[in-house]
Amino acid sequence: MSVGQAFDAWKALVGRDLLTEARTMRSLPAMVLFAVTTFVIFRYGLDRTQLSGSLAGGVLWTTLLFAAVLGINRLFVSEREEGGFDAFRLTPAPANVLLAAKVTSLFVYLVVLELIVVPIFALFFLPEFSSLLPLVAVLLLANLGFSLLGTVVSSMAVNSTARDLIVPLLLLPLVVPLMIAVTGASAPLFGPEGPGYERFGEWLMVAALYDGVFLLVGYAVFEFLLED
Amino acid sequence: MAETDGPAISLRGLVRRYGDRVALDGVDLDLPEGQTLAVLGPNGSGKSTLLRVLATLLRPSGGEASVLGARLPGEAWQVRGRVGYLGHQPLLYRDLTGRENLVLQARLNGLDREEAAESIERDLELVGMSSRADEAVGGYSAGMRQRISICRAVLTRPPLLLLDEPDSNLDPEGRVAVRDLVGPASGRTRVLVSHEPERALAEADLFLRLGPSGKVEEVGTP
Repeated sequence: MSVGQAFDAWKALVGRDLLTEARTMRSLPAMVLFAVTTFVIFRYGLDRTQLSGSLAGGVLWTTLLFAAVLGINRLFVSEREEGGFDAFRLTPAPANVLLAAKVTSLFVYLVVLELIVVPIFALFFLPEFSSLLPLVAVLLLANLGFSLLGTVVSSMAVNSTARDLIVPLLLLPLVVPLMIAVTGASAPLFGPEGPGYERFGEWLMVAALYDGVFLLVGYAVFEFLLED
Repeated sequence: MAETDGPAISLRGLVRRYGDRVALDGVDLDLPEGQTLAVLGPNGSGKSTLLRVLATLLRPSGGEASVLGARLPGEAWQVRGRVGYLGHQPLLYRDLTGRENLVLQARLNGLDREEAAESIERDLELVGMSSRADEAVGGYSAGMRQRISICRAVLTRPPLLLLDEPDSNLDPEGRVAVRDLVGPASGRTRVLVSHEPERALAEADLFLRLGPSGKVEEVGTP
């Protein structure tokens, strides 16, 4: 299969995922509802109308992580239940085309989720919105990490009847370094006096390194995970 | 033109285990190109497992297997896209239409879009699904899913067809409709699993009878 054909196969798989989600709304509404409800709980649980620093970062990233888990749990369900794995393995498309497609689909889900819930987070907890622009870089690196790790973990868990348990059990310990990095990068952005950039670049580098490691891990193991 | 120099399928002592259970136990077979093999046997004798091994969906646990000149499992990538597989599951996404499923499969196989679209239309017409191809597969009857699944299996015009109960869920009209694609007139090498020995043997050049433990009980010509 040529590079052009592999690229077209990737586009076809991403298109299928997004079309199916647009038709069925099985993942995104649940992720959004979960995130918004969690913000409401934090707002009344902490009894605070404004958050700053690492507390604001912690609330944002904890919520996004658990909302992402909902999408990750369902990422390969149709492949498993409707024979999509077998249908894919009967074709000459390399396994990593499916990896790339699922990473892309999950990344898109997370971007859509954040487009909806991050402004709600800002309305609930931030005194002003100037931190949102630099936050985009942190969100993109976090999304890539969640997508890469989530796709690998989801493909490992999907054949188990305890899928809903296995995904968080495997994912949460592995995602700790990324969570430390993105919380570290976003904490100064949520400073009480407006966004600061103390060690911002360093934490972004750590997040990018994490993404790079899981890109290599995914590339190395995904074919093995897909095969019998 | 011949696809390979040797037989289309060659098996020597093929073994497949699921944990401790042996599903296929030392299967030997040579199937020349263009011929039809009927695989017979009771439930649980390993017929479907044999098809899944030949389709590269399962790895052999032992022995040697060669399909279209490629040794399994090491050269499985050479077989993919050249084998039409029809199993128990239709391998179709329920939320896509029949046509969308076939177009997706064509793109995963790297087929030219225009040629694939023409060939999909032809096949849909042949199996009598043209008018229903734009409905979601989730709303199809089992027979309609089987018809679309047959279109999927022959999409790449593969030289080898692996057919597990191809007539299942099809009404008499449907059985006639799919014959041009997967019947003896298709001119392809075929492996046909069936619970109806008379029907399978009527189309077969060779037969393989598996016993309850996955051992070969009989190989021969009908």
